This record gives sequence, structure tokens and C-alpha cells, in this order.
Amino acid sequence: MSTENKEKESLFSAKRRKLITDPLNDNNPVTVQVLGICSALAITVQLKPAFFMFLGVLTVIAMGNVIISLIRDLIPSRVRIIAQLVIVAGLVIIVDQVLKAFVYDVSKQLSVFVGLIITNCIVMGRLEAFAMANKPWPSFLDGVGNSLGYGIILMIVSIIREIFGAGTLTIPTGINTVYVLHVFPQSFYDLGYVNNGLMILPPMALIVVGMIVWAHMET
Amino acid sequence: MNKENNVYIIVFSVIMVVVVGVSLAFVAQFTKPFQDANIRLEKMQNILSSVGIIVDRTTAEETYNKYITKSEVYKVDGSLQEGVDAFGIDLANELKKPEDQQLFPIYECKKEDGNYFILPMRGKGLWGPIWGYVSLKDDGITVAGAVFDHSGETPGLGAEISKAPFQEQFINKKIVDESGQFVSITVEKPGKLPEGYEYGVDGISGGTLTSVGVHNMLHRYLQAFRNYVEKNNILSPVTPTANITNDTLQLDSTTVITEQ
Repeated sequence: MSTENKEKESLFSAKRRKLITDPLNDNNPVTVQVLGICSALAITVQLKPAFFMFLGVLTVIAMGNVIISLIRDLIPSRVRIIAQLVIVAGLVIIVDQVLKAFVYDVSKQLSVFVGLIITNCIVMGRLEAFAMANKPWPSFLDGVGNSLGYGIILMIVSIIREIFGAGTLTIPTGINTVYVLHVFPQSFYDLGYVNNGLMILPPMALIVVGMIVWAHMET
Repeated sequence: MNKENNVYIIVFSVIMVVVVGVSLAFVAQFTKPFQDANIRLEKMQNILSSVGIIVDRTTAEETYNKYITKSEVYKVDGSLQEGVDAFGIDLANELKKPEDQQLFPIYECKKEDGNYFILPMRGKGLWGPIWGYVSLKDDGITVAGAVFDHSGETPGLGAEISKAPFQEQFINKKIVDESGQFVSITVEKPGKLPEGYEYGVDGISGGTLTSVGVHNMLHRYLQAFRNYVEKNNILSPVTPTANITNDTLQLDSTTVITEQ
């Protein structure tokens, strides 16, 4: 962090805090930049896989940003996209292997979508737009900020879909444990309430994401 | 140094790929034992779930050792194969061998309400492999439970074989008819089977090829199981002996669900 001292800029200066807070709202990668929609549709049926997908993306973007930022002066600009791709793909495989070893259920649920983190536009977008031109620490913050922005949307969508689609909320309480909250009491169902099966299907995810984008644009 | 000349780019690329490759190899080596343990425990969970015991992965090993009392390995003609660990057999590898060399594992389960045979099986679906575990009561005829899974069947169609409504149909079906003939369990188009038919279940509408896959898989593994039962006199002598001829086999294969 010697470069940090030279600049005399504190680790969490106002400018750097903005790197984290900006993507949460004003420059949200999903609702404003409309990136990473594919995975937002695929793994938001339940809260738990959405949460672990967020952790996976967080790891990949944060580490990818730092690594690319560290070697940004070494990367020839003609092959920079390939270099970014190799690093992201390597990180994603590492995340996949670690999930398979330590959180097997989650890895089964995420199945191919872990591999598809590689194609999540947010990852390459941040590497190309930020890490290639900034120092490691700001790049790290930018990665964390953007994956948080992505994660928030994932959480919101999955909570809505799970509550109305399955009537439950699976809150991860540990790596392999989960607390299943039954949102509606049995008396609700006795009165004739039925879970909405459409919520479980991908089209409804698109509609929910669309409504969130709309609500976000309006405010 | 000029970063844009070709030599630099090639050297850079080679170093990058080697570094990434080495770190991936390291991670793969490090996580392998943990991954293998998970796959092993999942297999135990699947075996137990075919006799209705649902366990957490953390307690799978303990429960498995408590209930699964014996395992054996036999060949397609029913003859026993000694000295092979049933649990270690990978059916995917077995299917690549010539038929007479393939090994079929079987597990015996002692539960409070009786003893069961558990047969692992594997076959072809529409897009990829399908597999499952079928448990039979100790009469060797009546199905006690069945679980199936797949790697890539169409969601909502073929993939329904992994859901309870399809699997629950198998309970109390019989694989041998009253005269002692082996009949397997037919997976037929919904509505084709007579009400209360004891030897068949409804397939998946729109998932015909996956249903055919299940049908063929059941036929093959249940047949081998009957061979094993008869050859080794596993059951009490009151059990009717199945007499399998080529005629009945032919007859059976014509009842396979026709293409839509």
C-alpha cells in the first residue's frame, strides 16, 4: 500500500466511499446499466441460491479487479480482453471448485450458473472500465460496490419470487444450514390462498426485474 | 520496453496461461477430497431415500451404516461377483463395458418395517444420462419406492421424472405377474394402462423419450435383479419362479411407448 501513502488519501476517503455507494443506487449495474440480467432471472427462485450467487460474483469481481489492476501496466492493450477473460475464467473455476467442496447443495443448485459468472457482463465491464485504469485498492472497492449493487437486486427479486411463489423464505444461517420461514400461516391457505406458480418460472423474474427498474427510474 | 511488439505479447500470454493453469491445478488437488466426500454422502442419501429414509448429508453416513446391512455385486445373468465393493461401482463406467462383463450392485436394507433390496440403475434419457434407485420389498416382487434423477432432461417435461408425482406411482407395483413371469414395470403413455394395472405406471406427457428411457432402464436392471434372485435362491421357495424366454422379451419390447 505504499502508493496509497504517497497520495495521502485515506483508505475510505469520500471519493472512495462513493465507489461503493454509487453502484448501490445511482449507478446500479442491474437496474441502471442493465447488466447481469441473465443470472438475475435464473437463480432468483429462492433466497439462498441468490445469496450464494452474490457471494460468488463478489469474490470474482473483487479479486478479478485487484489482479487486473496489479498487472494493468504489463497487459499489452492488443490482448487485454483475452487477458481479462483468462483471469475471470480462472477465478470462476476456483469459485466453482470451492463451492463443490464446501457448500455442495448450493453448488448443485447454482449448477451451470456458476460457470456463467464468466459471461456476466458486470465482471468484464468493471475490469475493462475501471481496473485497467485504476490502482488496486480503488479497484477492489469498485468491485465490492458493484457486486453489492448486483446482490441487492438479486435479494429483492428472490425474496419477492419466493414469498409469492412458494410461500416460504429460505434464510441461510450457515454454510449448509438454512432456516425456512413460512411466510403465510396455514389459516391463509385454508381460506383458499394459493401460491402463485408463475412466480417460480423465469418470465416472472423478468417482470419483477422490469418493475424494479421502473420503480428505480421513477424515484 | 515496447508492450505492443509480438514477442512481448507471446511471452506475456505464455506466462499468464502457465500461472493460471498451475493455480487451477493446485485448487483442484486441494478440493478433491472434499468434493469426493460430498459425492459419496450424496450417493448414500439417494440410496436411503429410495426406501423412504430422508437424511441430512451430515448424518447420511451414520444412517447408512445403520440401515444398509449388506451389499453384493452380480452380473447380468445373476451370477455373483466376489471381491468387488458394491458402493465403489460407477454405473456410468459399467455401461461402457460389454454386457456380459457389466457389474450390478445391490444393497440390502433392514428397516423397522421390513427388509428391502435397493437397486441402483442408470440409462439414457433424451438429452443425457438418467439414473435412479428402486427399492423392492423382501418378496423380490413388489416395489417399495423409486427415485430418479437426470442431468439435463427438459424442465417441465422429461425432468418431471425426478419429481414426487411420477415416482410415487411406483409404490406397490409388481415386477412379476401371478403366473411367475417377469414383466418389469411398463412406463406407458398416460391413459393407456387399465385402471389399477399392477405392472406399469403412467409416463410423462410430452416427455415420451425420457419415459422410454426410464422404461428401458427399469427393464434391464429389474431383469438382472430377477436373474440374481433366482440363481442364488435369495428368496424363500414359495416365490414363483420366473421363466423368462425370448418370446416374453420380444412381446415386452413391443409394448414400449410408441413415438408421438
